Amino acid sequence: MQTSTTRQTATITGSRSKDPIAVQLLLIALTFLFFAGFIFMPLALVFSQALQKGVQLYLDSIREPYALEAVKLTLITAAIVVPLNAVFGVTAAWAISKFSFKGKTLLVSLLDLPFAVSPVIAGLIFVLLVGSRTPFGSWLGEHGIKIIFSTPGIVIATLFVTFPFVARELIPLMESQGREEEEAAITLGARGWQVFRIITLPNIRWGLMYGMILCTARSIGEFGAVSVVSGHIRGMTNTIPLHVEILYSEYNYTASFAVASILVFLALTTVAIKGAVEKHVHNNQ
Amino acid sequence: MSIEIRNITKSYPGYTALDDISLSIRTGELIALLGPSGCGKTTLLRIIAGLETADKGSIILEDKDTTNLPAREKNVGFVFQHYALFRRLNVFDNVAFGLNVRPSSQRQSKSEIRDRVMHLLQLVQMEWAVKRYPSQLSGGQRQRIALARALAVNPKVLLLDEPFSALDAKVRLELRRWLRKLHEDIHVTSIFVTHDQEEALELADRIVVINKGKIEQLGSPQEVYDHPANAFVYNFLGNVNVFQGRIRNGKVVIGDHPVDTPHLLDGHEEKNGQAFIRPHEIGVSRIRSSESDLVGKIRDIRIMGSQIGLELETTGFEKLIEAEIPRDTWRNLQLNRGDEVFVTLNKVKVFTGDYEI
Repeated sequence: MQTSTTRQTATITGSRSKDPIAVQLLLIALTFLFFAGFIFMPLALVFSQALQKGVQLYLDSIREPYALEAVKLTLITAAIVVPLNAVFGVTAAWAISKFSFKGKTLLVSLLDLPFAVSPVIAGLIFVLLVGSRTPFGSWLGEHGIKIIFSTPGIVIATLFVTFPFVARELIPLMESQGREEEEAAITLGARGWQVFRIITLPNIRWGLMYGMILCTARSIGEFGAVSVVSGHIRGMTNTIPLHVEILYSEYNYTASFAVASILVFLALTTVAIKGAVEKHVHNNQ
Repeated sequence: MSIEIRNITKSYPGYTALDDISLSIRTGELIALLGPSGCGKTTLLRIIAGLETADKGSIILEDKDTTNLPAREKNVGFVFQHYALFRRLNVFDNVAFGLNVRPSSQRQSKSEIRDRVMHLLQLVQMEWAVKRYPSQLSGGQRQRIALARALAVNPKVLLLDEPFSALDAKVRLELRRWLRKLHEDIHVTSIFVTHDQEEALELADRIVVINKGKIEQLGSPQEVYDHPANAFVYNFLGNVNVFQGRIRNGKVVIGDHPVDTPHLLDGHEEKNGQAFIRPHEIGVSRIRSSESDLVGKIRDIRIMGSQIGLELETTGFEKLIEAEIPRDTWRNLQLNRGDEVFVTLNKVKVFTGDYEI
C-alpha cells in the first residue's frame, strides 16, 4: 500500500516535470496572442477610433441628446429587467431545487430556451404576439397601450433574453445546499418569509449577486431581440447598441465608436464587479 | 409527552415506505427506530415532525391529533444527520433562532432569550463557543449545538435522525453516552433513528426494529437481542452465522451434522430451516466435550480488540463458521492458524421461512 502510493505520486510529479518548458511557453504565448487579437486590439481600436478626431468631438458625440437618450433608455431597461429577473430567478430556482413536482425536468429544459433561440427570433415572437396587426395587439392599441416600438416592448424582449441568468446561477447552489437548514428553521417555528429572509437569502446572496451582474451585462448589451421590437426611433426607442448601429450605418464612424465606448466602459465595470464578487465567493467557500 | 402513531401509511411511486405502522410511546421514553437504510424509519420520523405528510393514519401527541398541523406549529425538536446548523449565523444566534422567530406577542425579552441560550449551551457544554460559526466547529460540537437549538423551544418531543452517523467512531461513542445522560436529566420523550444496532442497544429504552416499512419487533434491548422475533431481527442485530439445514427427528441437520438446539423440534414434519448462531455463542476447545462437537480447522485469526475472531472450516458445513472468543481463552489455548479444534455450538436458533420454531 505504502509503496504503491509513493509510486503513484512519483509518476504524477514525474509527468509534470517532464512537460517540456517549450510547450508551456507556447501555450501561454498562444493564449496571450488570442487575447491580444480578439480582445485587447478591438478594445483599443474602439477607443482610438472614438478619439481619432479629437477629444472635443468625442465628448460632443456622447453628450449629444440622442446618445444621452439612448444611455437613459438602456439604464432604465436594465433597472427594470434586473430586479424582475432576480425575483423570477430566485422563485424558479427555489421551486426547482427544493421541491419535486411534475414537469420539473421540462421546466429546467425550458429555462435554457432564451439561450438556445436566436435573440432575433425572440424579438419576432413578441412582434407576432402583441404587434399592432395581431388581435391582442390591436386590442391593447385601442386601450392606449403600446408595446411594440416602445419601451415596454424593449423591456419585455430584454426580460426574455436575460431571464435564465439568475436561475441558472442559483439552481446548482441551492441544490448543493439542500433543504435541511430550511427544514430546521421550520421545525423551530419560523414562518415562510422568516425562513427566506434569515436562512435562504443569506445563503444564496453571492450567487444571486453574480447572476444579477451577468443579467445586467446582457441586458445592457442586448441587440437582436431589442432591434426587432424597438423600431429604432431616435431619442425614443434607441438603446445604446441600437444607436451605435444607426450611427455606424450612417458612416458616422467617430460618433459610433464614441457611443460604443460607453458600452465598453459599462461592460468593463460589470466585469470588474464580477471579478470582485467571484473573489469574495471563492474566499467564502 | 406521549406519542401515539396510528396506522401510518406512506407510499412513493414504486414502493411503500411505511405500511400501516402503529406504535405508542410513553412520556419520557427514549425510543430507537432501528432498521437497514431505506426501511422507512426516517420517513416515519419526518412524518411525526410534519416535514412529510402520511397518506393515511394519524399522529397523536399527548391527547391532541397533530396529523394535519404544519411543521412549525408542532413544537417538535428535530436533530438532523448532518446537523443543519445555520451557516451564516453564529452559535448564539443558531440556538436563539427558535426563540427569536416567535411572533412579538409571545417572544421573550432579549435578556430572557440570552439566559435561556446560555443555559442550553452550558447543558451541552459548549458555552465557550458562543461567538463561533458552525464551520469553525467539529462534527461532534456541531451536533451538540444542533441539540441545544432543538431544545431551546421546549419541544414536546425530540426527534433525532441518525444523529451520530456522520461522526467518527470515538466521538460517536462519547456523544452516545452523553446523550443517554442528558436524557436522564431532562427526560423529554425522544425518538432516534439509527441503522447501528449497537447504538440502539446501548441507548434506547425500547427498540422498534423496522424492515420494508413494517415493524418487525418492538421491545427492550434485551428482549430484542435475546429473543429476536424472526430471522430478519436475528440477522440485523449483530453478527450471526446462518446455515441452511433440514429439520429431521427433532434436530436440525446442517450438511450431515445433526445439531442440538435448546428447544425440541419434535412433532415438526421434515422440512428446510435456517439455523442462526452468534459468533460469541460458539465454543472452541482443544478437548472434545460432547459427542455433538464438530471438528474444525482454524483458517484465519483476527484480533478485534478484546475479542478474537476465528474462521473455522468444518467437515460437513458448506460455509466457514465465524466464532468469537475472549482474548484470554485464545491465549490459554495457544491457538494458531491451521490448528484443529473442537467446536461447540452453544445456542442455535432455528427459523423456517420467517418463523421461529
